[in-house]
Amino acid sequence: MTITFDKLRIDRGDFSLSADFALPKGGKYALIGPSGGGKSSLLYALAGFIDPTAGRVLWDNADITGFDPGVRPVSMLFQDHNLFPHMTVLQNTGLGIRPNLRLSPAEWDRTRAALARVGLATQAEKRPGVLSGGQRQRCALARVLLRNKPVLCLDEPFAALGPALRAEMLALVDEIVANIGATLLMVTHQPEDARRIADRTILVADGVARPPVETRLLFADPPGALRDYLGQAGLRPFRDMLVSPE
Amino acid sequence: MTSRKEIPAGPGVCVGVLFQGTAMRLVPGGLTVLIMLAVTLGSTAAVLGFPGRTTGLNAGDWAALRFTVMQAMISAAISAGIAIPAARALARCRFIGRGMLVALLGVPFILPVIVAVFGLLAIWGRAGPASALLGVFGLPPISIYGLPGVVLAHVFLNLPLATRLLLQGWMSIPAEHFRLTANLGMGSAEVWRTLEWPMLRAVLPGTFLVIFLLCVTSFAVVLTLGGGPRATTVELAIYQALRLDFDPGRAAALALVQVVLCLVAGALALGFARRAEFSPGFDTPPRRWDGRTALARGIDAGVIGFVALFLLLPLSAVILRGLPQLAALPDDLWRTLGTTLIIALPVAALSIAQALALAALLSRMAPGPARVIEAASVLGLAISPFVIGTGLFILLNPFINPFSMAIPVTIAINAVMALPFTLRILLPAFQRADEHYARLGASVGMGGWTLFRLALWPRLRRSAGFAAGLTAAMSVGDLGVITLFAPPDVSTLPLLMYRLMGSYQMDAAAGVALVLLVTALVIFAVLDRGGRLDDHIR
Repeated sequence: MTITFDKLRIDRGDFSLSADFALPKGGKYALIGPSGGGKSSLLYALAGFIDPTAGRVLWDNADITGFDPGVRPVSMLFQDHNLFPHMTVLQNTGLGIRPNLRLSPAEWDRTRAALARVGLATQAEKRPGVLSGGQRQRCALARVLLRNKPVLCLDEPFAALGPALRAEMLALVDEIVANIGATLLMVTHQPEDARRIADRTILVADGVARPPVETRLLFADPPGALRDYLGQAGLRPFRDMLVSPE
Repeated sequence: MTSRKEIPAGPGVCVGVLFQGTAMRLVPGGLTVLIMLAVTLGSTAAVLGFPGRTTGLNAGDWAALRFTVMQAMISAAISAGIAIPAARALARCRFIGRGMLVALLGVPFILPVIVAVFGLLAIWGRAGPASALLGVFGLPPISIYGLPGVVLAHVFLNLPLATRLLLQGWMSIPAEHFRLTANLGMGSAEVWRTLEWPMLRAVLPGTFLVIFLLCVTSFAVVLTLGGGPRATTVELAIYQALRLDFDPGRAAALALVQVVLCLVAGALALGFARRAEFSPGFDTPPRRWDGRTALARGIDAGVIGFVALFLLLPLSAVILRGLPQLAALPDDLWRTLGTTLIIALPVAALSIAQALALAALLSRMAPGPARVIEAASVLGLAISPFVIGTGLFILLNPFINPFSMAIPVTIAINAVMALPFTLRILLPAFQRADEHYARLGASVGMGGWTLFRLALWPRLRRSAGFAAGLTAAMSVGDLGVITLFAPPDVSTLPLLMYRLMGSYQMDAAAGVALVLLVTALVIFAVLDRGGRLDDHIR
């Protein structure tokens, strides 16, 4: 159950990105790099929202390049718009079991249980509009739990949250990924997020997504592109981390 | 407890509470409201109070009411029924010519009704290709006069509007929602249940209402294709009460029946409407992953093909039949064209001026009363223009020979009738400009006219140009009040066409139809373009 980007090339206007590597199952990968570098585009190509100009996306050695998003093995959380505002929290979550929402009583119970898991048991009948930003993403995570897809892609869904809340959400993601045994791909701008959850990091810069490197090692000896992205201030915590390992 | 300052009593307080702003806004806006009410309600009262014998409503009038409701319901139901799959197909398919088809949907709104009727007769009439095709199978030709013709013409004129309104509804669903449905693996049926039906619940009642009201008050279609005891509408009955029987009392009573009908329809439609709660998305054009099965594509292609042919065939007929006749246009055509423009251009200018004066007033009023005044502007549509016209004639009669005033009266009535449209187009733009730039302008010392000219008008030009184009084109094609009051020597293009068709001079009518069509399109394009010249203002 490996994700393979086989000589993949994405072109959008004057932007282009290439990727040629495999991601073994069950890993947790962070994607880091400058804005507009193509981190999201790589996830979108994997999830089926943009078509590559060349190359293939393989899942378990089967070509899924032309597949519709819905039949790919991927759950995706976007920065926002993860919920339908005219549906209740419970309905939004239940879509994870079956998108036509014709659920049996037992399945509705499972939906409630998933909401309880993410701490939203009391919010089930509310509309997303009255929830806080963190609660909305929790609801989307409960749906990820129910969809039970082998790959979870996060396109910065926690970017608008404060540091403490973000740490809390990452812990929840960690728990959910472990629970369904999924491979995690996570776009982030925050080096400490990568350090907190991802054992490997994919650097996306200069039109290339580079094969994953162990997160600790990558930041210990950052290549030029990462050094430029982080700047001096950004590097200091990692130097400290190496000098005094926890 | 005593307050140090006495609260002043009297009407000044009312104005102070309802309206925050300067006299520059209050006076023109207030004057417009007064003119609007005088023209609509005042003239109706004058007709009601006109001394003379009146027969009251008879059985034929009640039959006219039933026919009005029936044809409007059927026309609105068919228009909306076809518009749903058509708008869905346009929303989810990308094909060459899609932009042109969407533009084509805008044409019937400025297309003179009598030209549309001419084109429809050419295709669907007794001698048209549709009947010829039926003849091949040994079937009798289509009889277009009466209910079928009225409904056909109303669908032809309103299906494009319905499709555009519903397409706007589809476009209001953020692209991000479609992305999410795709990620969740939803097919056409689930996308329909999750996104499209909730949107339609919000948009359909309003769409249905607009078309219903347009069909209730429509006149030229019924004048040309309806008539007789079995296909007379309230509007046509009013016209006949005035023209054939000269019974102003009955005409005014019928006009009130029509207003009540419009109000009831409006209340019902509002009762059915549910707000859709889509969050605003980024304006990326939505990409869709559903509806890609062969069946869905086949249905979409079929619907789009049908709509395109339904609209294009009558229009092509007008052009093809009109071209050879351009060499032999009636002698008085150019004088008639001149009269048409002498009416249409002042109508557009007057209507824009009224809408701007009202918008300046409304954008500084409390939302509640502002909405009441905006709703009152719709009176110009709901009250029969014939009753308004008759009322103005009765009021003018003691002072001046009213038939010498046929053209000014037509201009006044058409301007008031266009006001709901121009206000709807200009008010949002005015409010936006006012909100963003009035304070900035005031901070550098602009006020009154300067503020309007430098800070607001440049941001309104685009909307004003569009509204002026629309109003002028509608007035060019108007076959309404003028039919009742024009002395024999005064004629507009639609009236000339109507007279030619009435005397079966179809070839001459074909030439006039083409001139009329081109005039309406050109005047719209010129005025609309005039508003867009400052392309850097968004």
